Amino acid sequence: MNKTLVIIGHGMVGHRLIEEIRERDTAENWRIVVLGEEAHPAYDRVALSSYMAETTAEGLSLLTPETRRDRRVELLTGVGATAIDRTERRVSITTGDSLHYDALVLATGSRPFVPPVPGADLPGCHVYRTLEDLDGIRAAASPGTDGVVVGGGLLGLEAADALRTLGMRPHVVEVAPRLMPVQVDEGGGAVLARLVGDLGIEVHTGVATASVHAGEHGGVGSVELTDGTEIDTGLLVFSAGIRPRDELADSSGLPRGERGGFLVDGGCRTEDPHVWAIGECAAVRGQCHGLVAPGYRMATAVAEQLTGGGTAEFEGADGATKLKLVGVDVASFGDAHGTSEGALEVVYANNAQGTYAKLVLDDDATTLLGGVLVGDAGAYDVLRPLTGGPLPGPPEQLLLPASQSGGPTAGALPDEATVCSCHNVRKTDITEVISSGAVEDVAGIKSCTKAGTGCGSCVPMLKNLLDEAGVATSDALCEHFPQSRSELFEIVRATGITTFSRLIAEYGTGRGCDICKPAVASILAGSTTSHILDDEQAGLQDTNDRFLANMQRNGTYSVVPRVPGGEITPDKLITLGQVATEFGLYTKITGGQRIDMFGARVEQLPEIWRRLVEAGFESGHAYGKALRTVKSCVGTDWCRYGVQDSVTMAIRLEMRYRGLRAPHKIKAGVSGCARECAEARSKDFGVIATERGWNLYVGGNGGFSPRHAELLASDLTDEDLIRVIDRFLMFYIRTAERLQRTAGWIESFDNGLEHVREVVVEDSLGIAADLEAAMARHTENYTDEWGAVLNDPEKLSRFVSFVNAPDSPDPTIRFTEERGQIRPEPTDLPMPVPTTGRKTVTEEVSA
Amino acid sequence: MRWHAVCREPEVPTEFGVAALVRGHPVALFRTGDDELFALGNVDPFSGAGVISRGIVGDRQGEPTVASPMHKQVFSLRSGQCLDDPETRLPTYPVRCRDGVVEVATG
Ligand code: SRM
Ligand SMILES: Cc1cc2nc3c(=O)[nH]c(=O)nc-3n(C[C@H](O)[C@H](O)[C@H](O)COP(=O)(O)OP(=O)(O)OC[C@H]3O[C@@H](n4cnc5c(N)ncnc54)[C@H](O)[C@@H]3O)c2cc1C
Ligand code: SF4
Ligand code: FES
Repeated sequence: MNKTLVIIGHGMVGHRLIEEIRERDTAENWRIVVLGEEAHPAYDRVALSSYMAETTAEGLSLLTPETRRDRRVELLTGVGATAIDRTERRVSITTGDSLHYDALVLATGSRPFVPPVPGADLPGCHVYRTLEDLDGIRAAASPGTDGVVVGGGLLGLEAADALRTLGMRPHVVEVAPRLMPVQVDEGGGAVLARLVGDLGIEVHTGVATASVHAGEHGGVGSVELTDGTEIDTGLLVFSAGIRPRDELADSSGLPRGERGGFLVDGGCRTEDPHVWAIGECAAVRGQCHGLVAPGYRMATAVAEQLTGGGTAEFEGADGATKLKLVGVDVASFGDAHGTSEGALEVVYANNAQGTYAKLVLDDDATTLLGGVLVGDAGAYDVLRPLTGGPLPGPPEQLLLPASQSGGPTAGALPDEATVCSCHNVRKTDITEVISSGAVEDVAGIKSCTKAGTGCGSCVPMLKNLLDEAGVATSDALCEHFPQSRSELFEIVRATGITTFSRLIAEYGTGRGCDICKPAVASILAGSTTSHILDDEQAGLQDTNDRFLANMQRNGTYSVVPRVPGGEITPDKLITLGQVATEFGLYTKITGGQRIDMFGARVEQLPEIWRRLVEAGFESGHAYGKALRTVKSCVGTDWCRYGVQDSVTMAIRLEMRYRGLRAPHKIKAGVSGCARECAEARSKDFGVIATERGWNLYVGGNGGFSPRHAELLASDLTDEDLIRVIDRFLMFYIRTAERLQRTAGWIESFDNGLEHVREVVVEDSLGIAADLEAAMARHTENYTDEWGAVLNDPEKLSRFVSFVNAPDSPDPTIRFTEERGQIRPEPTDLPMPVPTTGRKTVTEEVSA
Repeated sequence: MRWHAVCREPEVPTEFGVAALVRGHPVALFRTGDDELFALGNVDPFSGAGVISRGIVGDRQGEPTVASPMHKQVFSLRSGQCLDDPETRLPTYPVRCRDGVVEVATG
């Protein structure tokens, strides 16, 4: 690390540059210092609006733990650059220090433009660009009153929708004669205005804001428009365009473009060979780009120059955009306004349905130049990459809403077409990894090529490409069952089969294996009420389920008594200490708010359970594909900030879902306020208290691929919360595949979370009552699995080390001592060999 | 070769294993659905733990198998050969049932 790269601005594009350099600079030549003026490290500004509904900033963060830990990268968050001295190659910063650079990249983004309207500086006037801006808007919002957004472009509509989320009555004021004038033509604008109006947003087009008047408290009181309309409001959001943040041009003497921005050439170089500019602040050949995809491409170009010495150029961008408003589809791409010479337009408008679609073609109607889609943007993913290429079919057919024509498919795309524009991934990049056999599903494509990991809008295309390559991702459970887990679930439900032997005789082949047996055991657990060790079922279980405890590396077991919600009395704590002492067990506090006791021999397990049962415990699942723990914070009982009783709710949920068998383990958390001390958003279902009830988040996990849970429903009452969770879990259990946690399961649907919401909140399939009934059966039939063994001599007889010497301890088990407790005798374990590649160890761990 | 009585036949459940100590050797006994008996070493060569008897019994392309519960490598019940690693094999022992008693032979 002999050279220093200073990046000014830690926004989306600055951050991308860090990632690109980390990836390419394998020789570790560069030390990277990043200055970010905002209080947060880089976050997903494109998804900023989701912050209104979901209220957590970390969900938007772009910073991965790897980057945070990377010693090459130094983040200075909350620190701004104030001046650049190009002769000395130093940047002055707000702490008073200055930093030397070998290379300097300006990535300062834009600032919102506030038109010079009288009163625009009154308290109550806001802009819409950063997390802080949104915090300010949220704090100022007052539900049930009017709010005004100045500017009816992409961002203005998002801002208006955010006001709506906050319970306000939004107005949008747009000078142009239609909404989204840059992207949409007149016909599209008319349809768009109707759709936006249907959302409850009042649209004022063709008028400007004349002045802002102060109210009684000195803040905004009303807004006057040029047509004389006066709107009473205390909250105004300016979203009237952006201006590049090029203040640093003054101190540095770097030239500006005609309309502002740091002037750079096609390689993003300024006139100074040590200084580059990328993202919204860069005027590339004089032109600024206000979208993230071109910014990312600039970052790639600069990273290549810095690491390879190449002269990579930024090749320009098409300005394709899509509005991200629920219920209002708008997309435009290419030459949307038909400004090319001789351009022809084909329009398909359906006023009854509220859809409008237009294709712009070249003069002999064979090449696609651009288009506008309003009301149904289903064809966007396929049409956009076709831009500049020949039309794959008659234009009318391409324009029919996807639902009517079956929609165009990915096969029509030329190989060079960009499928994922967020990450600039071409069709060939994807078909190559598919045909090489390296990937079998969308998740694989995501991790190999990054496609689909940005805005997500290309995911349906990725599926489409897999289908077309004939990678009908084999759903077969294993060599014994051609069906998938969810199909077997349906078979079991429809036929009433209750044994593995009947199921495999009628629907499979052979005698089963370590994959299908436990999977079927889990399915059967939901449809019978018998104990998991009854009769044939015992032999189906993974060893942990079979011995009702977790196997450790030396063949002993751990016991983790259930501590619902993490709440435990002093007496019970003492009992745990006594049990551990009596049986000589190692104890540790787990990450799931329980106490784990390790080192129990098979023959000790029933005796340990007996002691626990006597003290009012039951053992718990730290194994098995079942509910683990519902983690809680103290909530209103003790915490100064709590707004709901999170402990009581956590206990209620843990008791309700304990023992529930599922395709993978299920974890949950309940936090008493938005501070989120229970880390609920890292759980399969997480509940966070609000002033009005509970917000329910789903699809989170830690582990191998951490995911944050996303908002499924808000402000639920206790009863509604439980009803939605009942449905969510049962729907998951019925339809997920083996070893698929909730996050992967949600992603497997075309519409992801939206589909899950439709099914479990809106009951779009009409199965909610059935799902609830299935959960009711589970809760009614729950019994303590461990306690049940104690009363069953037949089952008890299996808990011996040796059938012919029940009292002989297993000679392979030996312990030493460490820090006053036992630990398995260290053995030189040959590590599990990555043998046939049939399975990976992470996937197979039995919990 | 000497035969040692180990347990009564019903003590080895179907499609299931149990462990036994035969002259100090930990042995895993299995009975498959077609009533065939198998005896193999109980110590998992990959982890050194005495756990083979607690694995799931099944088949791979018709070959009767047990999967080690520790890290899931699969072994042939007939030969003890590890089907996921040609280098590794479990010891096997002759086993039979006489007058309702399961007997295992050691060398
Ligand atoms: C005991 C504990 C570690 C500790 O000392 O704190 C633990 C221990 C084990 N974890 Fe864990 N995990 C423990 C908390 C966690 C957490 C943190 C949490 O729950 O808050 C995580 C990340 C959160 C998550 O799961 O989303 C975690 C992610 C995993 C994973 C990766 C899951 C994934 O989706 O990638 C596995 C492997 C698996 O399940 O396939 C795993 C598997 C295991 C197993 C069961 C592996 C095994 O089969 O031997 C470990 C045995 C536990 C035992 O023998 O008792 N453990 N494990 C924690 C028990 C918590 C509890 O009371 O239930
Ligand atoms: C609500 C909203 C929705 C959007 N939706 C879309 C969309 O759907 N599609 C799309 O393509 N684009 C969208 N955008 C635009 C997209 O967010 C930007 O194009 C992108 O963030 C530009 O990245 P950047 O790094 O150039 O600038 P930014 O992300 O703005 O980052 C610049 C950073 O530099 C910091 N900075 C500035 N000056 C200094 C200094 N002197 N010292 C230190 N730090 C400094 C700033 O504080 C800022 O954090 C949206 C933007 C918003 C606000
Ligand atoms: S999440 Fe809220 S209620 Fe719970 S402990 Fe933290 S601050 Fe208190
Ligand atoms: S296009 Fe945004 S993730 Fe692929």
